[in-house]
Amino acid sequence: MTTAQLLGQDPGWLIAVKALMVFIICVLATLMAVWTERRVLAKMQLRTGPNRVGPAGLLQSLSDGVKLALKEDIIPAAADKVVFIIAPIIATSMCFMAFAVIPMTGVVNIFGRQTALQLTDLPVGVLYILAVTSIGVYGVVLAGWSSGSTYPLLGGLRSSAQVISYEVAMGLSLVAVFIYASSMSTSDIVASQHQHLWNAVVLFPSFVIYVISMVGETNRAPFDLAEAEGELVGGFHTEYSSLKFALFFLAEYVNIIAVSALATTLFLGGYHALPGLGFTEQWLGGWFTLIWFFAKVNFFFFIFMWLRGSLPRLRYDQFMKFGWKVLIPVSLVWILIVAALRVLQQEGAPRSAILAFAVGVVIIVMAISSMIERNKVKVRSADLPEGEAPNFPIPSLPQVKSINVSGGK
Amino acid sequence: MTDFNENVNIEKKASGQADINSVPFTEVEQPGPASLAQQAKGFWVTFSTMFKKNQTVQYPDVKALTAPRFHGRHQLNRHPDGLEKCIGCELCAWACPADAILVEGGNNTPGNQLSPGERHGAVYQINYLRCIFCGLCVEACPTRALTMTNEYELADDKREKLIFEKDDLLAPLRQGMLAPPHPMYPGMTDTNYYNGDVKEAHPSQGEK
Repeated sequence: MTTAQLLGQDPGWLIAVKALMVFIICVLATLMAVWTERRVLAKMQLRTGPNRVGPAGLLQSLSDGVKLALKEDIIPAAADKVVFIIAPIIATSMCFMAFAVIPMTGVVNIFGRQTALQLTDLPVGVLYILAVTSIGVYGVVLAGWSSGSTYPLLGGLRSSAQVISYEVAMGLSLVAVFIYASSMSTSDIVASQHQHLWNAVVLFPSFVIYVISMVGETNRAPFDLAEAEGELVGGFHTEYSSLKFALFFLAEYVNIIAVSALATTLFLGGYHALPGLGFTEQWLGGWFTLIWFFAKVNFFFFIFMWLRGSLPRLRYDQFMKFGWKVLIPVSLVWILIVAALRVLQQEGAPRSAILAFAVGVVIIVMAISSMIERNKVKVRSADLPEGEAPNFPIPSLPQVKSINVSGGK
Repeated sequence: MTDFNENVNIEKKASGQADINSVPFTEVEQPGPASLAQQAKGFWVTFSTMFKKNQTVQYPDVKALTAPRFHGRHQLNRHPDGLEKCIGCELCAWACPADAILVEGGNNTPGNQLSPGERHGAVYQINYLRCIFCGLCVEACPTRALTMTNEYELADDKREKLIFEKDDLLAPLRQGMLAPPHPMYPGMTDTNYYNGDVKEAHPSQGEK
């Protein structure tokens, strides 16, 4: 019985219970994610991080949330009131909706009924997620526009340009997965990985492209140009306060968890255990798969934090160049290769032909990369011109060669 | 010297006709992106840092020692017999660049001898909302009456509480000191006090 058939038998009350569970899991995961991020980032910077509220500071994000909710709610006079209020609601609700098709456990028992912790299983589940997260961008753009202020407008525009650019690369990286699993349903993709290898191994380039573009998609460091504190104050949410700001905050983290969950589902075998640990999936009546699922989601979340702790923010043009001139062409070429291999396999081509094709591709890639390497400008050691004294007075410094700044003879 | 304009013929042009090409310039070569190994090294730095001992001082629970000469709250010192060292000369107030100190001198009378000699500080206020802890007042003090302690917890919820009066600033009475006002040590002048000849209070000083 496939997951879709299994979920089709759910009665209405069970669907409501599962919807509530998914919501609670998202909110709890957000609270934990904020705490985890602050603690891990602190460790990366030789700090302790929040440790005052609750054991080891675990309740810090909860108290922050309560504080935010009790703050004064300000709507600027120049704002477009209706849109200003709708924007955070769009951003948040869309992030939660993405979670509907994520399979979080295998077959489990919820209140006496055999089902899986997955709200619904669409035949085009992954496309649905892409669509829903794209609508989430409306929240950001509308927030920036309706604030009636310059910084939010710039932040909103940056964010929309960024998300649209990286969504192209993200969508392309998923095509290889669709070809390989011959399905767009999340549960089918998980099942196909259970039979073969994980997609992260088989489709490694797709995996890398997805991971990069998911960081761009969620506006996180080093791609956090939309809310670059040094340039745009808070970006699109500069004018927001109180609960509306909390909603954006929630949306950001739920979005991160959603793309991490999608990466887990598509590339790391979903809720299944690591290879060789398959026996653990039966523990706790199948609920142990939820732990495997969140372990993998946390792996991706750690990558988010690691990037944030290690890399400075990209310049806007470099960022766009990287998206359009590197990620998209590379994923297009990769799709061609995967498609060719797939067709060769399905047409029953001899192994030697497939191997020859693969070796040919590798040789071509190496040839191109070595050509690029040769074109690279050789970096010379910077030798400073050592000349006579400059023709304007500068204070003489010990052990410093005077530099002829005027440049003439 | 790398001669960058050796092969370039620079025409002398009249001002106003000069264009960008008539100015000698160096071509700066941009280093390309670092190799993958170099970039991985950067990630290793943050990863390995996670397992190092962190530097945070858990401040309200653990109070780290300051440097021995840290500029903290001021203190008005006393002579070993308990008389105040401050003579109300106002030099500290004059030295203060932030105008944080207010001093009013007063005369010592036989019934009200607060410090050796003729004068004492009657009013002494330091406004810690203004003080910049530069220590110029300490340098200006001729009797070493004013010094600085290592106390740095100077925060409060009312502005008035941060104007420290003389009572707040005076050093506590130590062993062998008598609370002023009381007469000077018998047979000692203010110069003796200054030279440190008075080591402790004399029994007669405490008599009323």
